[in-house]
Amino acid sequence: MSNFSIILKREYLTRVKKRSFLIITFLGPLLFAALMITPSLLMLNSDKMESKKSIAVLDETNWFDGAIENTDANTFIYQDMNENVDSLKKLVFEGIYDAVLYIPATTLNVPVNAKLYSNKQIPMTLSSHIEREVKQVVEHKKLLASGIDPAVVKATKANINIATIRMDEESGEKTSYAEIEYIIGFVLAFVIYFAVFLFSSQVMRGVIEEKTNRIIEVIISSVKPFELMMGKIVGIALVGLTQIVLWIVLTVAIYFVASGVILGPEIMSPSGTVMTEQIEQITEMSKGQDVMLEAVNMVQSINFSAILWSFLLYFVFGYLLYAALFAAIGGMVDNETDSNQFSTIVSIPLIIAIVCAPTMVNNPDTSLGIWLSMIPFTSPVSMMLRVPFGVPYWQVAVSLVLLILTFILITWLAGKIYRTGILMYGKKPSFKEIWKWLKY
Amino acid sequence: MDNFIEINNVSKTYGDYKALNNISIKVPRQSIYGLLGPNGAGKTTLIRMLNQITAPDEGTIIFNGEKLNRNHISQIGYLPEERGLYKSMKVGEQAIYLAQLKGVSQKEAEKRLKAWFNKFGILNWWDKKVEELSKGMQQKIQFIVTVIHNPQLLIFDEPFSGFDPINVNLLKKEILELRDKGATIIFSTHNMSSVEELCDNIMLINKGQKVLEGSVYQIKQDFKDNKFEIKLRTSATQQLSNSATQVLPKGFYLESEKTDNNGELELIVSADKDINPNILINHLSEQGTIISYRELLPSMNDIFINKVNSL
Repeated sequence: MSNFSIILKREYLTRVKKRSFLIITFLGPLLFAALMITPSLLMLNSDKMESKKSIAVLDETNWFDGAIENTDANTFIYQDMNENVDSLKKLVFEGIYDAVLYIPATTLNVPVNAKLYSNKQIPMTLSSHIEREVKQVVEHKKLLASGIDPAVVKATKANINIATIRMDEESGEKTSYAEIEYIIGFVLAFVIYFAVFLFSSQVMRGVIEEKTNRIIEVIISSVKPFELMMGKIVGIALVGLTQIVLWIVLTVAIYFVASGVILGPEIMSPSGTVMTEQIEQITEMSKGQDVMLEAVNMVQSINFSAILWSFLLYFVFGYLLYAALFAAIGGMVDNETDSNQFSTIVSIPLIIAIVCAPTMVNNPDTSLGIWLSMIPFTSPVSMMLRVPFGVPYWQVAVSLVLLILTFILITWLAGKIYRTGILMYGKKPSFKEIWKWLKY
Repeated sequence: MDNFIEINNVSKTYGDYKALNNISIKVPRQSIYGLLGPNGAGKTTLIRMLNQITAPDEGTIIFNGEKLNRNHISQIGYLPEERGLYKSMKVGEQAIYLAQLKGVSQKEAEKRLKAWFNKFGILNWWDKKVEELSKGMQQKIQFIVTVIHNPQLLIFDEPFSGFDPINVNLLKKEILELRDKGATIIFSTHNMSSVEELCDNIMLINKGQKVLEGSVYQIKQDFKDNKFEIKLRTSATQQLSNSATQVLPKGFYLESEKTDNNGELELIVSADKDINPNILINHLSEQGTIISYRELLPSMNDIFINKVNSL
């Protein structure tokens, strides 16, 4: 085994075997899965969690007889016109009704001042349901009063949906889905930003650990400093990839197992489920548009292989570039406190890239976007934002070549700083001294 | 003469700072060589060159007849001044890792380590983390990983600093044993008294310059000032004490005398060069019983200070 692979193996195994690695690896997907499942779980159970409510309706206008529809959770019980509001309120305290909806007599020109009495907090869903229903009925009445047939009004409602089509000389016209591209770009850029920081700062900590433990000189009497540095950088890259792959696999597994156990039977059942309800709503909203076809178009419009390849390349080389920088910082300083000054300076480009991200996804092809996705220190994040929208191949190629060349140059320089720095103990070096190290 | 290491006219400059200036050394095979000098003299730079951590600007280094190269790394065992181990790694795992980096296979490393651990009676530490061990225990591990690959050349930078007296003795014993088995050993230290008894040859170095080189015996002979210490027991102590100066033979001069509580008299006598000290002993043996006699040789520390001041 070569020294490089011995070092790589140690760097990899000691980190993967750490308790904190295991905890983060398994806790992360649980959190992700929980994040994905909880909303649907809450929606599913919200009706069940709210106890059935019966609401007494005292309608003095006599417009609403049966017009406010019952829902799963709420039953509206219409009272005789002669009932007294106060006696109905008493029934609420006695627990016979949960609430009283009082609609005082009014004329069409005066706004309806309905009141909803309850001795407990009224759920938002209930009050908005009532508002919606009341509004519909009143509008209907007003239309009729003006001599307009409500059916005519309904028929004039327009359903607008602008399809954006990007023209491309090579592949012809293509429908684009900005929203989905926006999300993919944003998520992937964020993952790169986060992972590059997380794992390259681990490289720095590893180097500092070797310095503070004073083992560094023992090791470099056996191997070249460059071998040690690269072994560490690549070893931690593998730790990072392991973690990301495990996260994805576990999140998907947990999501499916959990949704199968918790949500499963209800999703299968044909009625009263969130899924079917949502789909019904979408179908209703899109008014006859073929939802499935739309979804297929959407998926087909995204160039998955391009996105995947750029993600991998930008992640790997972005990480390598920053890992080399952080390794050099680790070599310069004796403890993590001293490293802050240097690591802040080094992190600025990445932070600029992420700060510009919202502007960039709104308009990916501005000169700002193009520059940021070319400059090697920002390109891993910035280019990732643009790739889902479709970027000319030559731009990606130039950006990647620049990134790789910079990575090689920085690694070479970092190796020089590292080589000298690891044997310096005690004081934090000045920039002038670091400049001198480069020339040794 | 068979030299294991030959360093020829080596110089090294860091910026404006001349760390080593035209240094040449010959280290005979299977000997113990001491690099002595104050902090900042250039000892560590020289040692790092042997370990190929840094390269000389000028000059050559010959290792066992060949020009020093990467292949020699696995034949060198190095205990740096700044030394340590991974705190959170298990002892056995870590020792195997370090041995592997020196080119020992995992299996062989484990076998040899078990033998060493057995020898030191520390087999039960194998699965402990380094941070669980005391400082003295860590030092033992550190020594074992330095020699685990059976190096032909052993380099110890400030070997005894930070070691407790028990481990220092253990270390000395083991180092002599390794020398007897064929290893060549280089010590580097500013604490000259700690190694002079072990070294066959030494070099005194100061500010990157060689001050003095040679065998310990020869250097001491060269720098001795012909002083002797004699202890006498006599019934007529008081009387002798008073007249001791007068009764010394020609060519001997009393430097000091003192009587201890047990009535023993200690004399420090200096002598003219080339005079036979037996004359003094014969003379004094008539005055009482001679308990001890020894030639006072200067310590390396004295020689160093003497030499540096005279430059």
